[in-house]
Amino acid sequence: MLKVKLGGTLVNKAGGRTEFEVEGANIMQMLRNLGRTCPELEPMLQKGVSVAVDGQIYRDAMLQPLGPENEIILLPRMAGG
Amino acid sequence: MPLDANTPDLRTEFKSVGTRPNRPDGVDKVTGRARFGADFALPGQLTGLILRSPHAHAKIKSIDTSAAEALPGVKAVITYKDIPEQEGCDKDVLVNIMARGTALYDGHAVAAVAAVDASVARKALKLIKVDYKVLKHVTDVDEAMKPDAPVLHPGRFDPVDFSTLENAAHVSGKEERKTATPAHSNIAGRYVFGHGDPDKGFKQADVIVEHEFKTEATHQGYIEPHACTASVSSDGMAELWVCTQGPFMVRDVCASLLGMDVSRLRVTPSEIGGGFGGKTTVFIEPVALALSRKAGKPVKVVMSRSEVFRATGPTSSASMWVKIGAKKDGTFVAADAVLKYQGGAFPGSPVEMGAMCAFACYDLKNVRIVGYDVVTNRPKQAAYRAPGAPMSAFAVEGVIGEIADKLGMDAIDIRLKNAAKEGTVSSYGPTFGPVGLVETLEAAKAHKNYKVKLGKNQGRGVASGFWFNFAGNTCVSINLNVDGTLALALGTVDIGGSRASMCLMAAEELGISYEDVRAVIADTSSLGYNDISEGSRVTFSSGLATIKAVRDLKVRMCGRAAKIWGIPEDAVKWENGAAHPAGSNAGNFPPLSIKEIAAQASATGGPLAGHYEINAEGAGPSFATHVCDVEVDPDTGAMKVLRYLVVQDAGKAIHPSYVEGQFQGGAVQGIGWVLNEEYFYGKDGTLQNAGFLDYRVPVCSDVPMIDTVIVEVPNPGHPYGVRGVGETSIVPPLACVANAVSSAIGVRARTLPMSPPRVLAALEGVAASKA
Repeated sequence: MLKVKLGGTLVNKAGGRTEFEVEGANIMQMLRNLGRTCPELEPMLQKGVSVAVDGQIYRDAMLQPLGPENEIILLPRMAGG
Repeated sequence: MPLDANTPDLRTEFKSVGTRPNRPDGVDKVTGRARFGADFALPGQLTGLILRSPHAHAKIKSIDTSAAEALPGVKAVITYKDIPEQEGCDKDVLVNIMARGTALYDGHAVAAVAAVDASVARKALKLIKVDYKVLKHVTDVDEAMKPDAPVLHPGRFDPVDFSTLENAAHVSGKEERKTATPAHSNIAGRYVFGHGDPDKGFKQADVIVEHEFKTEATHQGYIEPHACTASVSSDGMAELWVCTQGPFMVRDVCASLLGMDVSRLRVTPSEIGGGFGGKTTVFIEPVALALSRKAGKPVKVVMSRSEVFRATGPTSSASMWVKIGAKKDGTFVAADAVLKYQGGAFPGSPVEMGAMCAFACYDLKNVRIVGYDVVTNRPKQAAYRAPGAPMSAFAVEGVIGEIADKLGMDAIDIRLKNAAKEGTVSSYGPTFGPVGLVETLEAAKAHKNYKVKLGKNQGRGVASGFWFNFAGNTCVSINLNVDGTLALALGTVDIGGSRASMCLMAAEELGISYEDVRAVIADTSSLGYNDISEGSRVTFSSGLATIKAVRDLKVRMCGRAAKIWGIPEDAVKWENGAAHPAGSNAGNFPPLSIKEIAAQASATGGPLAGHYEINAEGAGPSFATHVCDVEVDPDTGAMKVLRYLVVQDAGKAIHPSYVEGQFQGGAVQGIGWVLNEEYFYGKDGTLQNAGFLDYRVPVCSDVPMIDTVIVEVPNPGHPYGVRGVGETSIVPPLACVANAVSSAIGVRARTLPMSPPRVLAALEGVAASKA
């Protein structure tokens, strides 16, 4: 089981809930299961989010492996200048 | 030697990387041969011009283009009707490139013409009759959040109970909240970050400082205006030559807006005369394509400077409140902030990133940041170097400066005491890996600038800053030429010297001379998709892909050597620019140099090339610390920057001169932001200073030589340890200069820009309070 924390807009969409436990072997599976667990998040997940795994930010790497030992934090989709 | 393209080794010794060869685009740029966006021309091309709203907010009742269309020499006139909404397109971008029913800001495009020359096009614009009904407008972020503000997009955003909005008084618990009926507003979003319990934390504090701050919108100030030439053929095939940070983005967005297959549009990027984030979206490109499609001829559109200011994206203006509590020894016990950023007429201000960066430099157990994204009657904001971060750093670092003063602590020591390091849980959530903030603080403290004694009316400021750094989709090809030189094809536009850096990494990996590698920026039909050159990602991502593409080529070259020698491929290794037998058992063959392998390529299997495509991840965050000395003239309020030092973690500087250039450029843009630059709106909501005469960017005589120190804490996510460097350098300057001014004259600047009249007024206020 993965522990997934939410940040920013995602907390608003999840009705103030900041943490979820979901199954998933990689980012894609984790996001899919998170959307099923909390359908209110689905539009944001579809639009795109950033995922911080042990401090590294992943914007699109859906196949990045995940395990229960990882610190997983969902953040808003980010862009730079 | 690892030939496996997936081997994540961290190299620490280099021959080419870290040297400072001449820039490959230098001669062309200083001789005027370099071709920028407006330099491209096609036979029979037309001139495209855009009619823009003179009103900040107005209903467009009708547009009559008949007189313009009848003017001899006019080949096409378009309005929003010529760019119908396509399924799945970005509606905000669609509305921004051409108003649909409502003009949302001064300068919003309303119609466009293509004519045989600029004179005819200008006459045609004057013949277009637009019937406006002027509406109430709002350009200030605080005003836009009030219940009685004119609402730009009625019904679009969730209704808001205005009495629950956080502001300084609410968060401090000084004001009783009341409930009210939720109503539509200009608030597009509210975001919260943080952890712990700030309210409890503040109870442990020996000193608490809280203040409100405001910054004005500033423009990226790139010297080259937006320019493009579009050519759409009668068979629907299209080409676009354009100055942009993201040709693949331009291709995909334009195709989406115009209902084209992506394969029918080829985009070629020009040299770029500055972007800094402002060229990461489209403005004129789809308009030029739509004009060309209608006229059946190529159309060139070049923005005037006024159009650049009025109709492209500056950064947000901001209204902020920050509160920090500390123990007597300087340890921060709690931090709290409310950030309100207006992002122009559409949602999407960088307030979330401003919120995430605000306290990222510090190890805080109790921290909360609330951010509001607000729409106003201003042009849609665009990214500007570390979007959102300089403003929040201005407020946070200003409060830290005041806490240091109150505690009598050295400005660097208080930051060292609280600095984020490996293992720190950041204020925005993730735990940091290896980062270099402490190293930048220590290097700044050891620098000679920090020891210079200051004179009368002189002061010193310190500030630190953070930026995430990004990676992303990248695709690189490297082709071995017949003479053993190499052509490197990149898909990321060179906005900061990346061609030289890529050539250095390719040369390093191959063990050959830098001069033997030449990089080009390919068009969108020649390489796979590449993300925009943004987010300080290019040297990291394209560098990673270049290294991997070269390793791919090395495998192939070793394979050819194996064939020539008649030994197994795994019995060949690559060293110092040549294939060698891997050991004595492989045979006693003299090395085959890259030139010898290239000369025999045709006879041994055909052309040799390496390729790599990746959605790169693992860009390490970057921290910087700046130190600034200023002198203030108490009679005029004018300020002079005496010394300025940038210390920043680059992970590994591939081409140190370019890295230093990025440090210096960010600092100078930040100095402009704090001292002079601002969007100035009249009472009618129109921009009053849409030109470089009235919008003053710093020039060389305004700043000293910017001193730099490159700190290198390797990023484990890159084979050479690279971190992005382009953005962090603009984060600290606003606070750094403001803290220096405070030190010089005892006046804390909390509203930017700190123009001479504003400084003078503050000085007079201090004098009056003492009288």
